[in-house]
Amino acid sequence: MAYATTAGHGEHDEHHPTGWRRWIYSTNHKDIGTMYIILSLVAALIGGVMSWMIRLELAEPGIQFFDNTQFYNVLVTAHGFLMVFFVVMPAMIGGFGNWFVPLMIGAPDMAFPRMNNISFWLTAAGLTLLVSSAFVGEGPGTGWTVYPPLSSIAYHPGAAVDFGILALHLAGAGSILGAINLIVTIFNMRAPGMTFHRMPLFVWAIMVTAFLLLLALPVLAGALTMLLTDRNFGTSFYVVAGGGDPLLWQHLFWFFGHPEVYIIILPAFGIISQIISTFSKKPVFGYLGMAYAMCAIGFVGFIVWAHHMYTSGIGTNARAYFTVATMIIAVPTGIKIFSWLATMWGGSIELKAPMLFALGFLWLFVIGGVTGVVLANASIDFVMHDTYYVVAHFHYVMAIAAIFAMFGAYYYWIGKMSGRQYSERLAQIQFWVFFIGVNVLFFPQHFLGLNGMPRRIPDYPDAFAGWNMVSSVGAAITMAGTLMFYYIIWHTFRYGKVAEANPWGEGATTLEWTVPSPAPFHTHEELPVIGASDHGHGPVHGGLKPAE
Amino acid sequence: MLKKLLAFVLVAAAATLSGAGDLMAETANGEPHPWGINLQRAYSPVMEGVHHFHNLLLVIIIGVTALVMGILAYVVIRFNAKRNPVPSRTSHNTLLEVVWTAVPIMILVVIAIPSLRLLFYSAKPVDPEMTLKVTGHQWYWTYTYPDQDDMTFDSIPIAAEDLKAGQPRLLAVDNPVVLPVDTTVQVLITSDDVIHDWAVPSLGLKKDAAPGRINETWVRITEPGTYYGMCSELCGVNHYFMPIQVEALSKEDYLAWTKQAKEQFAAGDKPAASMARADQAD
Repeated sequence: MAYATTAGHGEHDEHHPTGWRRWIYSTNHKDIGTMYIILSLVAALIGGVMSWMIRLELAEPGIQFFDNTQFYNVLVTAHGFLMVFFVVMPAMIGGFGNWFVPLMIGAPDMAFPRMNNISFWLTAAGLTLLVSSAFVGEGPGTGWTVYPPLSSIAYHPGAAVDFGILALHLAGAGSILGAINLIVTIFNMRAPGMTFHRMPLFVWAIMVTAFLLLLALPVLAGALTMLLTDRNFGTSFYVVAGGGDPLLWQHLFWFFGHPEVYIIILPAFGIISQIISTFSKKPVFGYLGMAYAMCAIGFVGFIVWAHHMYTSGIGTNARAYFTVATMIIAVPTGIKIFSWLATMWGGSIELKAPMLFALGFLWLFVIGGVTGVVLANASIDFVMHDTYYVVAHFHYVMAIAAIFAMFGAYYYWIGKMSGRQYSERLAQIQFWVFFIGVNVLFFPQHFLGLNGMPRRIPDYPDAFAGWNMVSSVGAAITMAGTLMFYYIIWHTFRYGKVAEANPWGEGATTLEWTVPSPAPFHTHEELPVIGASDHGHGPVHGGLKPAE
Repeated sequence: MLKKLLAFVLVAAAATLSGAGDLMAETANGEPHPWGINLQRAYSPVMEGVHHFHNLLLVIIIGVTALVMGILAYVVIRFNAKRNPVPSRTSHNTLLEVVWTAVPIMILVVIAIPSLRLLFYSAKPVDPEMTLKVTGHQWYWTYTYPDQDDMTFDSIPIAAEDLKAGQPRLLAVDNPVVLPVDTTVQVLITSDDVIHDWAVPSLGLKKDAAPGRINETWVRITEPGTYYGMCSELCGVNHYFMPIQVEALSKEDYLAWTKQAKEQFAAGDKPAASMARADQAD
């Protein structure tokens, strides 16, 4: 923290690189956060276009566009990878996490600024590799789960799958480094008085997420490395003829893959808690319960992985265990939902765009959550397994819910990040277009799945035509809502009103609202001192002056 | 009224189309229905159990969703900034927090008991009377009857242009797997290339076909008829076109079929099947 030594300097006399050096060499948490968000916006456009191509193909029975069905499978694969690894994770953890964890805990920057830089560039390199994998040979048509033997050299010759593996290795390494950085920052760089039990829930969420990343991603890395050597060096970890077992991959993949869905949704929990508290003008209800519910979800998330494998042939007792363990997750999740409702209860609610997206998040998360309770049961999951019911479930509970949290976070924090406020009218229109779009898109997929339509197919029996058409109409509405969001970003920077330090008023109590908007290049150079809040727990700064 | 009329026209059309008297041209028992919003009808005890359990779950999840959405709607209207300009500062209520932890646990127990009962019931057949062996390949199924001198045949999907009247697209095959009704059938499932999944929704069947493993499931079909399913694990470019067609016959008809089938599949059908396979490979 060499730059944070002398007191009393304002935002004018800071020395920082300009031009391309400012970005390529950046060690500043805000600039790196911005780059993560831009990366996510680019990847979201690519992944979004892919999903629209998928929905166009599925609008009617019969093959419309993809005579080469391998390319359809490649699209399904790439859409999943992009959205998980290069849209949600970079935006939530690398983007908003980088930007607001130091601001919220009163730290001048991240603990390891240079490592922060390499985290980002590894992720960017991973994105490049992943996108190019679709154009190498026949592309990886394995689904994001990459199950061998389909992903083995015998059924996917050519370098495409190897490109995919290396892309995930790079993104994974970037994420692990990012996780270490966040953990060290949160553990060691909290401002005086900012105890764990006073940290804003967004910081709690990012901290739990960072631990999940740290524990889950190495398992994926190991599994991927074994797949890589199976493909290229004649090992047979997953090859039956050589004494290996394809089921080993499924166990390892889902040991990573299930925590991964919490890696995606926990930061969303944090964002939603901040937004609901701010726009209800109330402290979060049951703060400690909320924080430890996230820890519980993170922990239980590691011991439920085989509920993705109920039809794979694992034993009956194992399925019974995973059924019960999975259902337990509903308890801390329920605590969170009821606590959000209780936070709003008695509040003075302003339905600004971030709050609308938070309410939309609740809608999606509850619907996706209750179908999750259905799917937890091995005795009934096998009927829905690999059907559109699962597609509807995880898009509701995890994918679109996370996107709503990201939209909410963007509107909530864009004033702080850019110094310009979004247009409330446009944002509200965008909310309704997007909200109607995703529900028309995904709700009918429950029906398709119950009726027996498998996932990952470019053509389907004619009986499924009706709801597929409805779903594709929903995709068109969602597309309009998405493109509108990109327009709003442009509009914000071009026409946005100058943002105040705290545009949200009394409800916004966390430290980022005490610094000017846009947040200066360096913040909290003089560490703020945090006092006990008037309600016992929770993030309130006592007697704090804005850093100027 | 209009709906009834439409249904009548459809049934009449189906009856006309199936006039050929061909076994496979009859209206199927187990297949997806246009605009269907629920599980396919059950034709096996396991699937009946799934229906019962799903009905219980539907009541619970719709109830929970309605409760949460109801509170949400009330809160947004009642505690809107215009109606409630001064927010309360309440952030704790121990009793409330205990209740919303304990009540979900009780609901989960209510779910878990029938769930586990159905799981253990569906896991293993009691006194199976015959065995069917299923082998998945890219992109067709092979069926073996160990009790009928290992009679084996391939079940090749029928391309859209070769469909006969009444055969549904992407679901019909040339040689459906034939099983007797009211008979507990042990089904052994494997694969000789990538992972597939042998699934027939209306019979409550879905199990991965994985190389190097023999997975077990079972079925007891309650009515004669045709039952369709699709491969349910991504297995490559023709994954979408790897259907399963089950013909359930009465026990007598089944015995008659085995005699005829043994001759048929011992004699001339094999080359035809491998030729079709060669077509698929292109």
